[in-house]
Amino acid sequence: MSVRDTDWDGVRLHVVTGKGGTGKTTVAAALALALASNGKPVLLMEVEGRQGIAQLFDVPPLPYEERRVAVAPADDGRPGGDVFALAVDPQSALIEYLEMFYNLRQAGRALTKLGVLDFATTIAPGLSDVLLTGKAAEAVRRKSGGSPVYGAVVMDAPPTGRISRFLNVTSEVSGLAKVGPIRGHADTVQSVIRSPQTVVHFVTLLEEMPVQETLDGIAELSDVGRGGIAAGGIMVNMMRSLWPPEHRRASGAKPGRRSVRSASGGEERTPGTAHDTQVLEVALKAAGLGEDHQLAADLAAELAAEARAAAMQRAQRRRLDAAGQPCYELPFISDGIDLAALYRLAATLREQGAA
Amino acid sequence: MTAKPTPLVIDRLIDDRRTRVIVCCGSGGVGKTTIAAAVGLRAAERGRHVVVLTVDPARRLAQSMGLTSLDNTPRPVRGVRTGRAGDGGSMHAMMLDMKRTFDEIVEAHADPDRATQILANPFYQSLSSSFAGTQEYMAMEKLGQLRRADEWDLIVVDTPPSRSALDFLDAPARLGRFLDGRLLRLLLAPAKLGGRTGLKVLNIGFGMITGVVTKIIGSQLLRDVQTFVSAMDTMFGGFRERAEYTYQLLRAPGTSFLVIAGPEHDALREASYFVERLERDGMPLAGLILNRVHRSPAARLSAARSLAAAETLQGLADSESSALAITALRLHAERMRQVASEQRLAERFTAAHPLVPVAQIPAQPDDVHDIDGLRVIGTAFE
Repeated sequence: MSVRDTDWDGVRLHVVTGKGGTGKTTVAAALALALASNGKPVLLMEVEGRQGIAQLFDVPPLPYEERRVAVAPADDGRPGGDVFALAVDPQSALIEYLEMFYNLRQAGRALTKLGVLDFATTIAPGLSDVLLTGKAAEAVRRKSGGSPVYGAVVMDAPPTGRISRFLNVTSEVSGLAKVGPIRGHADTVQSVIRSPQTVVHFVTLLEEMPVQETLDGIAELSDVGRGGIAAGGIMVNMMRSLWPPEHRRASGAKPGRRSVRSASGGEERTPGTAHDTQVLEVALKAAGLGEDHQLAADLAAELAAEARAAAMQRAQRRRLDAAGQPCYELPFISDGIDLAALYRLAATLREQGAA
Repeated sequence: MTAKPTPLVIDRLIDDRRTRVIVCCGSGGVGKTTIAAAVGLRAAERGRHVVVLTVDPARRLAQSMGLTSLDNTPRPVRGVRTGRAGDGGSMHAMMLDMKRTFDEIVEAHADPDRATQILANPFYQSLSSSFAGTQEYMAMEKLGQLRRADEWDLIVVDTPPSRSALDFLDAPARLGRFLDGRLLRLLLAPAKLGGRTGLKVLNIGFGMITGVVTKIIGSQLLRDVQTFVSAMDTMFGGFRERAEYTYQLLRAPGTSFLVIAGPEHDALREASYFVERLERDGMPLAGLILNRVHRSPAARLSAARSLAAAETLQGLADSESSALAITALRLHAERMRQVASEQRLAERFTAAHPLVPVAQIPAQPDDVHDIDGLRVIGTAFE
């Protein structure tokens, strides 16, 4: 039993999506670690054939097999659970499906050689999605000795632009398979995905396009019909910590104010920086950096640019807040993501109640 | 020893009249569309007659280029400065409508009755709107059409958003192979092929194959596919040929690839794969565009000295002015660390690909969604 309250108690399938370049795989992995800190094993699965998880955990490419890739840190004296990883591909999932339901494993193998499975998974768009989400649903429902094998399943899902279609498999296949086993399978998968056991988390940066895609994605999820699919948290990734305080910089930070290009080119400079330059010049001297007007001016320009960026980020943050989903902030990690960084991100997620 | 790349001068590429096609590729989220638009604008303002083919632009960027819908029609872009005497260029932009492009191919290759039949087929409809690879195939098809039409002297292509930068090279051939495939016909119209010899070798009954396929996709879809195949019969062969044609077009003189990446580990790894692939396939790579690189106007003050100065100030009497300076110095140190880590990534790329020219495009303080913003990006092309 978990002794902590988290925002997602009762959720068993965490689908993680995000625009390209937002760090979706990293956040999914950190979330898996954070969830495993509750003591139960967690399955982290990827579905895009990218082997992103293997790269992240620095292990050889993952086969179609659940493998232990990490152990979550202990929490409150309780040992952490294992994180297993699985790279799902539609072909292997189809062979497994044929075996499970029709005892057709051998035939499946032979047909792979002929390219029939390739054919089947490609002529029926939506079929691959059913197989991939089906695998996630199966892992969620899998039991051993009466209790679930995994405490939670985290899916590194396709990007935001494709997520609702990816998850809304029933309608995707219904046009193709009106009856039959795939349809039945899709219906079972839907009962998991549309249950309170499943949420979709969005990874974003505080930039206009990823934020817009996040908001569009949340809207689309509630639009897929029959009560929609539940949106989860918004993970604001790669946050930088040292923004100037809002009140101080408000005057120089108004977006839309005309700025002039500095003579040295590159960075822009707002008229409000003259005062900052003076202040900085005095302070630089006090700090032992000598009398350097140009340096003071350049630092003032940099400060102004950062302030403008910060103001824009705050504006994006307000748009996210308006979506009404819990937001979590994850720090920018400049030295690249390794296991230590993942633990750090996982701890940050736990502190904020995401797991 | 750190590796210094050859600088990639994009102006030289666009000023060279022999450059007829520029393909912008890279993994998702690196700013491909923006770079494609900026290259197009820059070229137009330097006298070229340009069309930019985009696949899925952000709404505001699309609007800034006068694009409001996916309609396959090149629209003139307003706000382009082409005033210089005699060398006035022009810029058009268009958004790919993949379904329409597919429909047009069908209409061009089948008699009207048959075309109607194909267009109404449910299998065709899902194939033309959601088959993985259709978008890539149609983007390449459109590129081929634009190139043949010869109305523009420079075509800038923004490749479809895909998880891997390589998809757009492989997907057209995959769709071509599929539509053209022996398997498709073997499975669905065995009588036409007059025999089952191919299958006998594999010792598998034909009934079993159709049986399994029916199990997987349902008999309804199988019937749709069968109707589709018989209607498309005359067109098979054409698809692979077209895919092959565009693939060759990509290798022809006059085509250049720009690989775009952000100064991030994943995007650069993807760029590496792509560069290697282009080399292997003999595709003309112009270079790497490292997009959204951070710089500091005060780069001569190192992160270490900046932090030390902030600490010194902290030890002095507190005042509002030193608070401002401490913030500025810390921010500067953070920025310098970021600059250094981005440059390390760039150096790592160049160490692995010493011959690939590189251009660095500074990060813009604002999101780019108007012509002026695109023009500012273009100033880094010198």
